[in-house]
Amino acid sequence: MIVAEQKPLAEIKSMLGEAKRVLVVGCGTCVTVCFAGGTKEVAVLASTLRMSTHLDSKETVVDEVVVQRQCEWEYIDPLLATLDQYDLVVSLGCGVGVQTLAERFPKIRVVPGLNTMFMGLPTKTGECEERCQACGNCVLDQTGGVCPISRCSKQLLNGPCGGSQNGKCEINQDVPCAWQLIWERLTNLGRQQELLKVQPPKDWSTSRNGGPRRIVREDLQLPEGYRD
Amino acid sequence: MAVRAGSFAKISNCPKGIGINARGWEAVSAMAQNGYSNLEHLIQDRQFVVTGELGPPKGWQRSEVEKKVELVRGVVDAVNVTDNQTAIVRMSSIAAGRMLVEAGLEPIIQITCRDRNRLGMQSDLLGAAALGMRNVLCLTGDHQSFGNHPTAKNVFDLDGIQLVEMVSHMRSKGVFQCGEAIEGGGPPFLVGAAANPFGDPFEFRPYRLAKKVAAGARFIQTQLVYDIPRFRKFMEQVVAMGLHEKVAILAGVGPLKSSGMARYMRDKVPGMIVDDYYVNEMEKAVANIPKEEKKARNEAWKKRGIELCIEQIGEIRQIPGVAGVHIMAIEWESALRPIVEGAGLLPRPTLN
Repeated sequence: MIVAEQKPLAEIKSMLGEAKRVLVVGCGTCVTVCFAGGTKEVAVLASTLRMSTHLDSKETVVDEVVVQRQCEWEYIDPLLATLDQYDLVVSLGCGVGVQTLAERFPKIRVVPGLNTMFMGLPTKTGECEERCQACGNCVLDQTGGVCPISRCSKQLLNGPCGGSQNGKCEINQDVPCAWQLIWERLTNLGRQQELLKVQPPKDWSTSRNGGPRRIVREDLQLPEGYRD
Repeated sequence: MAVRAGSFAKISNCPKGIGINARGWEAVSAMAQNGYSNLEHLIQDRQFVVTGELGPPKGWQRSEVEKKVELVRGVVDAVNVTDNQTAIVRMSSIAAGRMLVEAGLEPIIQITCRDRNRLGMQSDLLGAAALGMRNVLCLTGDHQSFGNHPTAKNVFDLDGIQLVEMVSHMRSKGVFQCGEAIEGGGPPFLVGAAANPFGDPFEFRPYRLAKKVAAGARFIQTQLVYDIPRFRKFMEQVVAMGLHEKVAILAGVGPLKSSGMARYMRDKVPGMIVDDYYVNEMEKAVANIPKEEKKARNEAWKKRGIELCIEQIGEIRQIPGVAGVHIMAIEWESALRPIVEGAGLLPRPTLN
């Protein structure tokens, strides 16, 4: 899932500017699971903004709504009917959600209430870790299912750097060394010989380095004349 | 024939100042005519090789490099010139390396994957070759979070092993990483890499070295060895795999400056193991000197640090498969001469 965390209140408040009627829009998918933009977080942020703007002697109206998925037109389109009441939308969706709203509703200002962090999973209550960078050229078959692109601080493809010690990464004792994990996993599977091959330079053109990405599936596209 | 250290004696007196002087070009053309580096010839000749290290200044003054050059002249066979070491911005290794060439010394240009992509690295390497540099040490590079620009974006387009392979193919096949031919043929680089016998997973370390050899590394400089039993164990594996026959392994050594430095390296530096022996010996060196007598303590520490380094070299030389030593006297280049002399490694060989 996409993992995000809420921006500091001061930053969110500074984005409100002179807005008098604000709609906080949450998302019921990834950011609900990581406790950043679900029903509860939207309610807490909305009431905090109400109290805070009240203390600033502003009577800003702050309403709240949560859509099932902020990253698909069909889930956000019902908002259109009420949007003319507002002069600002604070999105508690990921960066995709913010842009989906901004793209669909060009007449209203949309600002982000979250910082989108990474694609990952909850490893224990209150903790999420990164697992994928969407490099567009998956190597997990070569690395025992542990991703060196997202989990090695230097994105190495040929084994651990000299800074790996006691299973930890050189940048931080809280970060496990991805290559230690890869080594252990492949050793447990009796496949460590696979790490002896020199892996050639990666083709980064499928990652963000190749420019914004797009997938076209002709088999899924509707024939001319059909409405999307 | 190799470039001889002695043949540069005259050139060492070249006038100093900004700009490239005529004698500097003499040095370059001598190197270019001879093609391969002196270090390469010494390795082929199975000499016990001694390399040192010179950190370029955190500024642009030539004099800072020139001062250090005089401290290493005639003491080592080639000198590593570091590339933004510990991710702190310094004068470029190739620019400083050029000053060494002008002064008649042989640089080993360090190049890391942190700051440049494959385009940047290859273009810099062509420039380095044109300016008379022949030895390249390929490194992954410390993470930028250690340095003075921790908010920078890192590159790591290639990893250290892929860099070794790229530079090696530039030389052997005369091609860029993309496969296109290099105009005028491949630059005659001697390709080196680093190895850390003290990193984990320990069992993988000899295999990682094997990968570097397979990628084309001809010499290896190791992390500082302050745990000789572990290094011996690593070398046993390396010799069992026959790697020492394919690559010259230079063990990393360095003089400790104080007991604080020894403790710091033991407890804080990722990828290092420092045996308590070294910490204890450095503490003992100042045991009878009061804390207020800073100068006396520093002198005692430095004296013991140099002695311990000489002792390390003596022990390491006995380990089968070791082809030389790489002495890292960090910001203490003046220690090189007493160490090399004390270890009985002077004068350095010249090839005929």
